[in-house]
Amino acid sequence: MSMIEIDGLNVWFGHGPDRVDAVKGAAFTVEPGESFGLVGESGSGKSTILRAITGLAPDWSGRISIGGRALTGHKRDRAFYRQVQMVFQDPYASLHPRHSVDQVLSETLQLHGFRDIDARVVRLLDDVGLGQKFRFRYPHQLSGGQRQRVAIARALAGEPEIVLLDEPTSALDVSVQAEILNLLTDLREEHKLTYLMVSHDLPVIGHMCDRLAVMKDGEIVEVMAVGALRAMQAQHPYSQSLLEASIAPGSRSA
Amino acid sequence: MTLLDVQDLWVKFPTRQGIFEAVRGVSFTLGKERLGIVGESGSGKSMTGRAILRLIRPPGIVEADHVALEGTDLLGLSEKQMRKVRGERISMVMQDPKFSLNPVMRVGDQIMEAYLLHNQVGKAEARAKSLEMLQAVSIRDPERVMRAYPHEMSGGMGQRIMIAMMLIPNPQILIADEPTSALDVSVQRQVLNIMDDLVKQRGMGLIFISHDLNLVSEFCDRVLIMYAGRIVETCAADRLHEAQHPYTRGLLNSLPRLDQPRRKLDVLTRDPAWAEVPSVGGKA
Ligand SMILES: Nc1ncnc2c1ncn2[C@@H]1O[C@H](COP(=O)(O)OP(=O)(O)OP(=O)(O)O)[C@@H](O)[C@H]1O
Ligand SMILES: Nc1ncnc2c1ncn2[C@@H]1O[C@H](COP(=O)(O)OP(=O)(O)OP(=O)(O)O)[C@@H](O)[C@H]1O
Ligand SMILES: [Mg+2]
Ligand SMILES: [Mg+2]
Repeated sequence: MSMIEIDGLNVWFGHGPDRVDAVKGAAFTVEPGESFGLVGESGSGKSTILRAITGLAPDWSGRISIGGRALTGHKRDRAFYRQVQMVFQDPYASLHPRHSVDQVLSETLQLHGFRDIDARVVRLLDDVGLGQKFRFRYPHQLSGGQRQRVAIARALAGEPEIVLLDEPTSALDVSVQAEILNLLTDLREEHKLTYLMVSHDLPVIGHMCDRLAVMKDGEIVEVMAVGALRAMQAQHPYSQSLLEASIAPGSRSA
Repeated sequence: MTLLDVQDLWVKFPTRQGIFEAVRGVSFTLGKERLGIVGESGSGKSMTGRAILRLIRPPGIVEADHVALEGTDLLGLSEKQMRKVRGERISMVMQDPKFSLNPVMRVGDQIMEAYLLHNQVGKAEARAKSLEMLQAVSIRDPERVMRAYPHEMSGGMGQRIMIAMMLIPNPQILIADEPTSALDVSVQRQVLNIMDDLVKQRGMGLIFISHDLNLVSEFCDRVLIMYAGRIVETCAADRLHEAQHPYTRGLLNSLPRLDQPRRKLDVLTRDPAWAEVPSVGGKA
């Protein structure tokens, strides 16, 4: 049984002349423990697919099932959020400015119904490589990379099986990006996580994912294995052009 | 020809622990060229760009020997004269595009307002020009985008709208702070081509701030590499991959690569001594 199964997914916003068909007939599956990438044109519907899964896009049709359970509408129950968590692109906007790291994590743990809050906060901070000295800091006292670690700790609090990652490192510089990607690699191994990850950076997807889907104008034009990506063997003309554009002359001679 | 000459620029913030020096004595020139600034988070890239335009909010302090735009020291201008410089001669694309747009105003009204401020034309023409500019930055359905609000735009669409707006005044110098970080490679290329044309055909000077070393290496003419508020190394952009400083090498090695898969990426180990070496000059 697939961990995530998307079939014939349509997502739209607005009505009449302003209706946007953001996702049209998307289909793919993600197996347990797999890391699956979504790449493609800006505005092609990548973030919208993640939002439809988490119930943040009200109008959709088709089939989304998580762990064999089909989702309906845009209300998601507690069991869903225990199984699926999302990390957003912007580490600055996604944390409440007046809540300390301790508050963020404790409250999340309480919502998930845990009792041993204190021990779990300690463990989460260790898991994401922050340690106890960050426990009582506020967001403005953290660098961009440290904030993103807190956001990841919050996502892991409910012990999810699936983590949805929307451009988790595109706002971060390359050295911090390397730390966060290494962290995500370790966490996936330790906790047997399944990732669905959006990025416009093909080398990042190549590093993190087993397979990927290429999107253009709301549609998935191709699903490929990471080996094909590395070997520059895309089938669809759009994926081919994306691959060609991504190998800058400089990146070969590094 | 030198458009901008920055000599011994400092940016300081008083904090409870004393004065924090975000930029510590950097000097460089900008001609009709594409000058890249790279460096890790917090190294002072954005503060350098903002200081040129005198956009550092108090209690922050800007000090310099001079920041000269074609011979005129910007630090000596009145706030009123400075507003004219910002409106007409130097534009800046800020790092956080969505925060720079007004959330309760339609995208089209914002672009048209900016256009009308700089051009004596009627509404119909302003509208036509706005549509043209959105098309120029590869927005597919400009009519819909004109009617939309910023929150209805994807990450990369917001970024492109900001770029279109900054090009309206036809500036002599464009400071672009991470202008393409949310764009896929093909759209990124189109946006870079627009900036490239302005540099080559209209003689604009471009300061291109980015953490994407490959992009800067490929797109720019010269690069300044910043660490802890100083320039630690400068080089011709196409030689960035031969850079010598261990910090620059560390940044280059932390990039994932399609042709060389590895399980773990290299992480930068910083040497406190790097911050102590005086700034390298960045004059052409
Ligand atoms: N709330 C909304 N209302 C109206 N349209 C929306 C809304 N959210 C997204 N859209 C539209 O849906 C389309 C897909 O947007 P989405 O954010 O999924 O793109 P994306 O692939 O993530 O792009 P990027 O790489 O630029 O982030 C875009 O045309 C966008 O304008
Ligand atoms: N108002 C302020 N008070 C105190 N310190 C500040 C203030 N604004 C910025 N700084 C500090 O100045 C330093 C330089 O910031 P700057 O924004 O120039 O970094 P950057 O190189 O652009 O980094 P990034 O890649 O993350 O955008 C940082 O350490 C930052 O924390
Ligand atoms: Mg997106
Ligand atoms: Mg910055």
